[in-house]
Amino acid sequence: MVEVKLWAGLRPLADNQSVATVEASNIREMLRKLEERYPGLATPFRGQVAVAVDGVIYRDDWSKELPEGAEVMLIKRLAGG
Amino acid sequence: MSFDATFQNKRFNSVGTRPLRPDGIDKVTGRARYGADFNMPGQLVARVLRSPHAHARIKGIDTSKAEAVKGVKAIVTAADMPDLTDGDEALFAILDNCMAREKAMYDGHAVAAVAAIDESSAKAALKLIKVDYEVLPHVVDVDAAMMADAPVLNDTIFTQGVEPAPSKPSNVANRSEFGHGDVDAGFAKADIIVERSYKTEQAHQGYIEPHACVASCNADGTADLWVCTQGHFVYRQNCADLLGLEASKLRVTSSEIGGGFGGKTHVWAEPVALALSRKAGRPVKLIMSREEVFRASGPTSATSIDVKIGATKDGKITAAEATLRYTSGPYPDMWAELGAMTAFAPYDLENVKTVGFEVVVNRPKVAAYRAPSAPMAAFAAESAVDELAKEIGMDPVDFRIANVAKEGTRSSYGPVYGPIGIGPTLDAAKAHPHMSAPLGPNQGRGMACGFWFNFGGQTCTDLNISADGTVTIAVGTVDVGGSRASLSLIVAEELGIEYSDVKAVIADTSTLGYNDMTDGSRGTFSTSMATISAARNAIEVMRQRAAIMWDIPLEHIYWEDGHAKAAGSKHGNRAPLSVKDIAAEAGNTGGPIAGHSELVADGAGVSFATHICDIEVDSETGSSRVVRYTVIQDAGKAVHPAYVEGQYQGGAAQGIGWALNEEYIYGDDGRLQNPGFLDYRIPVCSDLPMIDTQILEIPNPNHPYGVRGVGETSIVPPLAAIANAVSNAVGLRMSHIPLSPPRILAALNAAKT
Repeated sequence: MVEVKLWAGLRPLADNQSVATVEASNIREMLRKLEERYPGLATPFRGQVAVAVDGVIYRDDWSKELPEGAEVMLIKRLAGG
Repeated sequence: MSFDATFQNKRFNSVGTRPLRPDGIDKVTGRARYGADFNMPGQLVARVLRSPHAHARIKGIDTSKAEAVKGVKAIVTAADMPDLTDGDEALFAILDNCMAREKAMYDGHAVAAVAAIDESSAKAALKLIKVDYEVLPHVVDVDAAMMADAPVLNDTIFTQGVEPAPSKPSNVANRSEFGHGDVDAGFAKADIIVERSYKTEQAHQGYIEPHACVASCNADGTADLWVCTQGHFVYRQNCADLLGLEASKLRVTSSEIGGGFGGKTHVWAEPVALALSRKAGRPVKLIMSREEVFRASGPTSATSIDVKIGATKDGKITAAEATLRYTSGPYPDMWAELGAMTAFAPYDLENVKTVGFEVVVNRPKVAAYRAPSAPMAAFAAESAVDELAKEIGMDPVDFRIANVAKEGTRSSYGPVYGPIGIGPTLDAAKAHPHMSAPLGPNQGRGMACGFWFNFGGQTCTDLNISADGTVTIAVGTVDVGGSRASLSLIVAEELGIEYSDVKAVIADTSTLGYNDMTDGSRGTFSTSMATISAARNAIEVMRQRAAIMWDIPLEHIYWEDGHAKAAGSKHGNRAPLSVKDIAAEAGNTGGPIAGHSELVADGAGVSFATHICDIEVDSETGSSRVVRYTVIQDAGKAVHPAYVEGQYQGGAAQGIGWALNEEYIYGDDGRLQNPGFLDYRIPVCSDLPMIDTQILEIPNPNHPYGVRGVGETSIVPPLAAIANAVSNAVGLRMSHIPLSPPRILAALNAAKT
């Protein structure tokens, strides 16, 4: 099981939850299960999110495995210069 | 991702050396081809008509007289660029920015464009286009735009992120909040609290090369675009989406780039050039003037920031809080949010809260500028940290070390840090001779820390080995800071060949798979990963060819020091085969030898820097001069150290200019008063001392060589380092960037009265 923290802007789309628990072994599975539970997340999940796993930010590699007990946070996909 | 990007602690032969840059001779002899250097037979010249008003409704545009001008071949307005964005707000903002639709949102906003056989015809036509404006009230200041009586730019903007949702539109597009703990409880534990408000003015990236392109649309639906950009694949997608083209039929070729720094990460004029070409049926060249670049391409945000920090007498921060207001131009974005995320990132804070407000104003659409939004947040936070250290009576470096973030610290923006490098940069600063060097009269010393998220992204590399054993790599990330040199070093390292035997080129969008832009400090980080992968794939091919040449099983062949070698006593007498040996036989062993890689490079890791600055202030004029400057930053592994130093120095130089002089100045009419380098003062070589650098190499665990991005973080600390130095020099806390001579003089005079 993975505890996923949602940034404030996502919470209204997820029944105002700040944390969601899902059974997922990688980022792709986690996002899919969150979207199944909260369909409103579909739009931000298309190109607007990044995932911090134990402090490292993943923007594209949805195959990244989620270790047991990992800290997982959804954050906005960042801009760079 | 199939490629194993885990750090391997290997010994390097080529990586870490400083060979001559492959693009240097062309650039200094004028042979390099920039955006404006492309030409096509029969090409037309484009010019853009821009709004003279900061805010105006466009009631009508009459182009009939302009169309009658001899030599005019096409005129486009928003009517020629219908909205195909299908509800994508970010894409619509780009479209509306390229060509104003219902309203002109800032001084310089494009309202029409002409393509003609020559410049004089185009200019004559521009004068004959009649735009019927209804001038509207405007607002350019971030604090004024947030007032209840401010003119509202867009009545569909209702502040997001607040409860309850507002019932009236406003210029505040979004509120974001980060942090943890209880700041009120933290401040209650503080012995000393510093609370201050700061402002920073809008600065432009100041790239030397203006935006330029040649667009050519063909009757069969195909098109070509030659353009100066940080990301030609992204430009292709932007243009295809905005104009209804098929992406694969639009071939985009990137030119050499005379700087981008974030300002060339999305399109500004290129869709207009394509629309003109489509209408005229001829190629169209569009070059923005410097004035147009200032008025109508993306500067960074102007900001207004409040900071409150408390600490105990023994130097432990108990709470930190900031409210950050950022302008985003007329279109909502996420600039304040980035500022709120980065402000206190260097510190281990039990109680922290940051709130960002995204504010729309009648200024140009803000674009990323090198670690976007972080320099302003760091200016405010690091100024307050410095002031607090002084109040407590602690050395500013020691105070920061006492509160520094480390592995296991919960960052102010949320996640817990893994291994990070801020501590080592502070330790290096404390030990650096600069910190203990004596200061002269009227001089002050300042230091500051900075943070930025780096990132990676989608990346693709082709590596081809020629029959003579030399190698070409084709990459899709535009070389803005020396990546062709560093990638050539990496090929030399992997294949065991000479750097001079490698040629790196930037492929166009039709000859290589998709690549994200060169932004987020990702150029060398990401493309080196794909290049290592491509080289290792080529090595596998060469092992197979060696097996054929020797007629022995593949599993008996291994690769070492740039050669295929046969394993075991059975094959021990065979002389190793070099890349050249294998390449020479390629035609009869299976054909061309190549390695290809496409991957997502993630795991870039966050980046920190510490800067030290000495500045001398003339108290009679307010003029200041940087007399010594030192940059300390972690590179993970410096592939080409001279280029890494160049990135450190370049970021510092831009930050110094922003801190001391650069500023968009608007008149009461909302028009930009200084759209040129005479009045918008960026530093030149004679303004700056040699900027010293110290490269730390703490390997990134998520890159085979340990590489980290280095392009952006170096612009984060300078605003604060300069402000701290000036404040120490004059004995007054300076809180408004830029610290231009009039502003310093005004502060000195105010202190006398």
